[in-house]
Amino acid sequence: MADALLTIEGLTKRFGGVIASDNVGLDVRKGELHAIIGPNGAGKTTLIGQLCGEIVPNAGRIHFDGRDITALPVHDRSLLGLARSFQITSLFPHFTALDNVALAVQAHAGHSFRFWRPARTESELREPARVALDRVGLTHRANTMLSSMSHGEHRQLELAIALASKPSMLLLDEPMAGLGPDESARMVKTLRELKRELTILLIEHDMEAVFALADRITVLVYGRVIASGSPADIRANAEVRQAYLGEQEIAHG
Amino acid sequence: MMAVVTPRNTLVAVLLLLLALLPVYCSVTGNYFLMSLFTRILILGMAAVSLNLIMGFGGMVSFGHAVYLGIGGYAVGILAKEGINSGFVQWPVALLASGLFALGVGALCLRTRGVYFIMITLAFAQMIYYVASGLDRYGGDDGLTIYKRSQFFEPINLSNKTFFYYLCFVLLLACVYLVWRLVHSRFGMVIQGARSNERRMRAIGFPVYRYKLTCFVISGVMCGLAGVLLANHTDFINPSIMFWTRSGDLIVMAVLGGMGTVFGPVIGAIALLVLEEALPVLIGGASQLLTGHEVQGAREYWQLILGPMLLLIVLFARGGIDGMLARPPREVKGHG
Repeated sequence: MADALLTIEGLTKRFGGVIASDNVGLDVRKGELHAIIGPNGAGKTTLIGQLCGEIVPNAGRIHFDGRDITALPVHDRSLLGLARSFQITSLFPHFTALDNVALAVQAHAGHSFRFWRPARTESELREPARVALDRVGLTHRANTMLSSMSHGEHRQLELAIALASKPSMLLLDEPMAGLGPDESARMVKTLRELKRELTILLIEHDMEAVFALADRITVLVYGRVIASGSPADIRANAEVRQAYLGEQEIAHG
Repeated sequence: MMAVVTPRNTLVAVLLLLLALLPVYCSVTGNYFLMSLFTRILILGMAAVSLNLIMGFGGMVSFGHAVYLGIGGYAVGILAKEGINSGFVQWPVALLASGLFALGVGALCLRTRGVYFIMITLAFAQMIYYVASGLDRYGGDDGLTIYKRSQFFEPINLSNKTFFYYLCFVLLLACVYLVWRLVHSRFGMVIQGARSNERRMRAIGFPVYRYKLTCFVISGVMCGLAGVLLANHTDFINPSIMFWTRSGDLIVMAVLGGMGTVFGPVIGAIALLVLEEALPVLIGGASQLLTGHEVQGAREYWQLILGPMLLLIVLFARGGIDGMLARPPREVKGHG
């Protein structure tokens, strides 16, 4: 597809006998928010892992921005503009919130073989970091150590770090995980603002958020894509209802 | 900036002042044993500072760091034995050899984590230890005497004990300052970030390996310099300079003084080596007090006191001696 920013073809990943990704194909168009949903164990996080380069697929190709990135190491993909947030909060606990974000800015500001000047005094790193913190509403916590911040704030910071690298595409792995209703609403609002300028691939369990935000949705079950389309299509799809919503009922019952 | 007068800064200032004035005291009282002890403390402190750069800031626990003392020391010893006494040759050769060795070892062991990293660094260090033991021409197990200290131009004379003390002192301060600049620079942020969360570092775009390797080499060269000084100090070099227990001592110094702080390892080196000298005397004295005469062999049990002391520090003062004095980390700025 001509306007696809990310194209995945025939992606397959096996862990022993388990097929976590079974010939997955999908494309994410420039500017859209594409959500991936699926029951637990559907292979969503494995898919993100392959997209960001931490997991090597057994077969298939990944194209990003016109380049085949299938064999590229993690850090190179980040430098191309593919940023990721983690399902389980993954931050730098020894640093303040601002330090965390400034580190992401630094990663994209040329090499770091600079041994002398104190990095915390470089406005070139600190200012963009402040802007990213501002986007997620954490400006007032800039100089707070991570240990004295809440889980909700950690989730926001997770997003700020991804943003600070000025990506063209965000891979968000359950940004709402563990958030209370207020915090979730805040995150949805932030994501809605972000989708105006960024392409986003969103993995999320919170269906309300997914259907409120997504332009297109892909449904993954047991590593296979069973449906892909607009939120209305997905809602109407019988197979999805059976595979996915059925599972939800079991979970609730 | 934060307050300048803190308990920690006061201790550091007092220590530096005492270290600077020590030779004066020694020359007045003629106590040259004390000056020799403290020259050794300065040198091993430098080694501990270098270890702390990778261990405390980079999270790379090298259990073979004394090998660089050996490489630096043997470079001096072997060249001296072959009639090359010029420091302008010996020192660069020693530093280069240390750096190359660190590059090779680091390139391999930085691909591993945790216990494997510790074991591989230990294995390489022991390997060089046995190589040195097998160097018959250079004394093998018995080691070799260095008849002439490194020669520089006049008036630099390393055989002058006071001069040599101050040389070690200045070089130690230079190393501490260098590490301080390093850990706060962009490079240092990468190293500290990698200790904290290496996976995230890669995800945000850092090729972590090459930064850690660079840090490993810098640390090796710095410890190699300590080895050069140690060989010049003892006028002698043998394989035990890099035995694994020596590597353990360096780790203890860093932990005792405070890992992840720039000056902590120097405090640790002073504490450990002074205790090593003082505890046997104290035990001897205590046995005399209790029984009326000094119990024979009592002094040998000084490690019975040192062991629990280390244990208490590790259990109750995570930041080491330095950490006890530093204020607990808290928010620099509050809400709003």
